[in-house]
Amino acid sequence: MGRFLALRLIATIPVMGVVAIVVFVLVRLDRGKAAAQLCGDICPPERLAEIMTRLGMDKPLWEQFGLWLLQLLQGDFGRSIQSQIPVLKLIGDRVEPTLSLAATTLLFSVLVAVPMGVVAAWQHGRWPDRLIMIFSVIGFSVPVFVLGYVLILAFPLSLGWLHVQGFQSIGAGLGGFLARITLPTLALSVIYIALVARITRTSMLEALSQDYIRTAYAKGAATRTVLIAHALRNAAVPIVSVIGIGLVLLIGGVVVTETVFNIPGIGRLTVDAILGSDYPIIQGVLLVFSVIYVLINLVIDVLYTLLDPRIRY
Amino acid sequence: MGGRQSSLRLALRNPGVAAGGGILVLLVAMALAAPLLTAFDPTELTPRLRLRAPGGDHVLGTDMAGRDVWSRVAYGARISLFIGFAAAVLALSAGTLVGLVAGYVRALDGFLMRIMDGLMAIPGILLAIALVSLSGASLGTVILAIFVPEIPRVARLVRSIVLSIREEPFVEAAIGLGTPTRLVLWRHILPNTLPALIVQGTYIAASAILIEALLSFIGAGLSPTLPTWGNTIAEGRDVFQRAPWIILAPGAFLAVTVLAINVMGDGLRDTLDPRLAKRVGGVGQ
Repeated sequence: MGRFLALRLIATIPVMGVVAIVVFVLVRLDRGKAAAQLCGDICPPERLAEIMTRLGMDKPLWEQFGLWLLQLLQGDFGRSIQSQIPVLKLIGDRVEPTLSLAATTLLFSVLVAVPMGVVAAWQHGRWPDRLIMIFSVIGFSVPVFVLGYVLILAFPLSLGWLHVQGFQSIGAGLGGFLARITLPTLALSVIYIALVARITRTSMLEALSQDYIRTAYAKGAATRTVLIAHALRNAAVPIVSVIGIGLVLLIGGVVVTETVFNIPGIGRLTVDAILGSDYPIIQGVLLVFSVIYVLINLVIDVLYTLLDPRIRY
Repeated sequence: MGGRQSSLRLALRNPGVAAGGGILVLLVAMALAAPLLTAFDPTELTPRLRLRAPGGDHVLGTDMAGRDVWSRVAYGARISLFIGFAAAVLALSAGTLVGLVAGYVRALDGFLMRIMDGLMAIPGILLAIALVSLSGASLGTVILAIFVPEIPRVARLVRSIVLSIREEPFVEAAIGLGTPTRLVLWRHILPNTLPALIVQGTYIAASAILIEALLSFIGAGLSPTLPTWGNTIAEGRDVFQRAPWIILAPGAFLAVTVLAINVMGDGLRDTLDPRLAKRVGGVGQ
């Protein structure tokens, strides 16, 4: 296990390298823009060259890349252009709402989607299966923001339920937290439920066609036992893998959902940065989310070996 | 040739392909005929008529600036459908090129696929946001920002097909007969990637249309003066409670378009590429 973990960690290095290069290209483009802006409308070439020297842009590219990387490794992600606050601090301040929304969505989706997929596979070809598949295709297609507005219209405005906007920390009271996070969680969950239910169904169908299922039925095991203890356990690896891949969908969805429901999280931070052309923030968010994605994949790979002892590295 | 024709007929008999494709044809017709179907200029400001509810002259009502929502929806379809189509074609072309090279030239495989892994680790939507906000949003940069993050998935798909097909006897026979690599790729390997690519293309188009709307919605998309669905939705944000039709009308068209393409893609996958049906299907947003 230790050896596997070490190898797996080493394998993330080239991936992180590519991520770093892509983000560096963006950073470089934006420094060029900043230099031109500092120089003003009528810009003599000597003056532009002088500004570029001051910004360290005259050094060879690989040297600039190295310096930038060194700063990153020291936790220096640059500063916001507008507020001059370090980017990493800005992101840290906004992490709680985003993390809360992602966690409630993940929890709710998995709790709903896995049973849905199991039922669909069990009732293969019959109406529960059809209904669940229809829901799944529609769930893929309805944009989060449209769904969000429909929910706002349907619930709080007409029924007077729940809160439409904002966020309250779970530490400040569970009631207030739930009243505000329920609708965004519902809106964001739909696509995720569609994805996970679909994979659970496919994976369960595969497992249910195996000989050991027939054996389990033959020895008189109850349907529920066969479905959960025999089939679902063997179908778990692809399901866990899709839950991980799906987190990427969540990241995109979070940005939009936070805008619709006015939640002050990382998504809101990003949207405000776009409007204010605050590039260091956008690049910081890009880097942080990429690192999170790579780490999640690492965790999933480790989970595989726990879920399926046949997988050995 | 016969084989290809019959698989096309088979595909059309699939209810998903027929229904999704039919709706898509209607939407394309609507987009092309937008000037004939609408009575108002989608960008004409008439503040006097602002926030009119649907009905009368304005079938789907008017927005904050008195622009006709139906005109904006009809003209917006042009932009959405074009971006979906362009992004799919470009991502498929670039991804196929990378996948073919990686699958066939062993020396480059590791290098290319590590780059693809790295690109895949960057959340596509955030990369698109960063690219567009930095280089300014034009039709070109928006399409670029949407199709680049899709390349790795296509490249992986093509590579995996190439790796399995190059072991097939007919490919080994062709190589054994001294067929130049270029021809082996073009005549024997590329045609076998087509069914999977067509299916993947529909999913990319659906996702591209959603991402374009999303970019416009958060203010990182095409110029707000253009009547895209995302822009119309974004403009309806502040008056949503008073005038929900500004968001619901383009939102419904957006959802139906993406749904039609996804349903068509699922149908194509089931008929053209039964092997693929087992793998992970389309991933929307």
